[in-house]
Amino acid sequence: MGSKTPLYDAHLRAEAKMVDFHGWDMPLNYGSQIEEHKAVREHCGVFDVSHMTIVDVEGAEAQNFLRYLLANDVAKLKTPGKAQYTSMLNENGGVIDDLIVYFFSETAYRLVVNSATRDKDLGWIEKVAADFDVSVKERDDMAMVAVQGPEAAEKMQQVLSAEQFAEIDGMKPFLGKNVDDYFIATTGYTGEKGYEIVVPAGQIETLWNQLLEAGVAPCGLGARDTLRLEAGMNLYGQDMDEEITPLEANMGWSVAFDPAERDFMGRKALEQKKAEGHDKLVGLVMKDKGVLRHGQKVLVEGGEGIITSGSFSPTLGFSVAMARVPASVGDTAEVELRKKNVTVQVVKPGFVRNGQSVL
Amino acid sequence: MSNIPADLKYASTHEWVRDEGDGTFTVGISEHAQELLGDMVFVELPDVGDKVATGDDIAVAESVKAASDIYAPMTGEVVAVNEDLEDAPETVNNDPYGDGWLFRIKAEDSGELDNLLDANTYEASIDED
Repeated sequence: MGSKTPLYDAHLRAEAKMVDFHGWDMPLNYGSQIEEHKAVREHCGVFDVSHMTIVDVEGAEAQNFLRYLLANDVAKLKTPGKAQYTSMLNENGGVIDDLIVYFFSETAYRLVVNSATRDKDLGWIEKVAADFDVSVKERDDMAMVAVQGPEAAEKMQQVLSAEQFAEIDGMKPFLGKNVDDYFIATTGYTGEKGYEIVVPAGQIETLWNQLLEAGVAPCGLGARDTLRLEAGMNLYGQDMDEEITPLEANMGWSVAFDPAERDFMGRKALEQKKAEGHDKLVGLVMKDKGVLRHGQKVLVEGGEGIITSGSFSPTLGFSVAMARVPASVGDTAEVELRKKNVTVQVVKPGFVRNGQSVL
Repeated sequence: MSNIPADLKYASTHEWVRDEGDGTFTVGISEHAQELLGDMVFVELPDVGDKVATGDDIAVAESVKAASDIYAPMTGEVVAVNEDLEDAPETVNNDPYGDGWLFRIKAEDSGELDNLLDANTYEASIDED
């Protein structure tokens, strides 16, 4: 048996098909992955993301510590609650994990990291933290749901009190706010508007039930994967890992090389990689019948690459993928499908935003 | 527990076969198989007139999760395919034993039906999975 989130029984009641996800018993779907995907694109869905790891970093040197630990620069964060997408790198510039950091003050931050990498992440954070005056605390007393979709705000209005909703009404993207016992952030992993809500574990089932009663569709890991792929968002372990630098994973924008005097873990290796040149992560679009899948070989101008994530896109009605290929790639590529080679279009990763195709 | 109609025969590779009584046999995939595959997104069918032999991979059911070969359960000629699946592959999920049928074979030897599993044996085989 794997670990269970506080919503395990609620998932069974909603007739979830449960699967093992890196040691957690998680819902794959509650009937149809495609219906759940469409619910998020057109209305509103809720995901149990309590398996993700929340880490609070506090102390006099919290800012200096995170400026060294993380590839993006937390000194850019000035507004309390502001969120930043970033990554933790090893000395070689390989991605230990990607994460979101929330700024409360220069002595208090919150990190939300992946569940699959929990043990190595915590080990790494503790190791690097040893040289700084900071405390690192895993918040396993908290659970988390993601409420995503164009109707997310009106659904939240139905489950929060008027005073609580006023606190988050009109909140800009990538901000978080403490609202009574909840921490509500305008972040997500779907390419839609929505919220990620951190809640004391004992209160999460009540919130979940309220959301379902408000007509929000429970959504599983299956829909979460196709939604994030359509949105061009990376999945750790698939689109990048410790052997891959952010530069090769379409995450270069989340690495702050300025100011030049800031040293951060992996910086030297990245600068060298930048000077030498490197592969890049692109999007692929295939309008022919068939589905692009993880691991398929991609032939491009100047060499070959590999599909890191691929699926049928329920919103677009054809297959899309992300692939790591030589930088010499042109506008098209050849993919070796099951029994044939197919020419596919090469685009920037990111296929759907706010319910609409961006192709 | 998935539905396994007693009036059908089954291949261990999860196809079902219905004897239409006129020398033709309708083929689909079992409810258990569609559950394993998840939401269907494409179904590639053989062409009418194709000669097929038992065990040939002649169709592909492609779901959000995986592409799965579908094998001819009997030797013969394909005499019909379910063209409605082109626009509505989800029918295989919603009605695997009815409107979600895949193709029909005119068998060379109807006796081949006896080589397939009955519902009880098929059920026992998937319980072992």
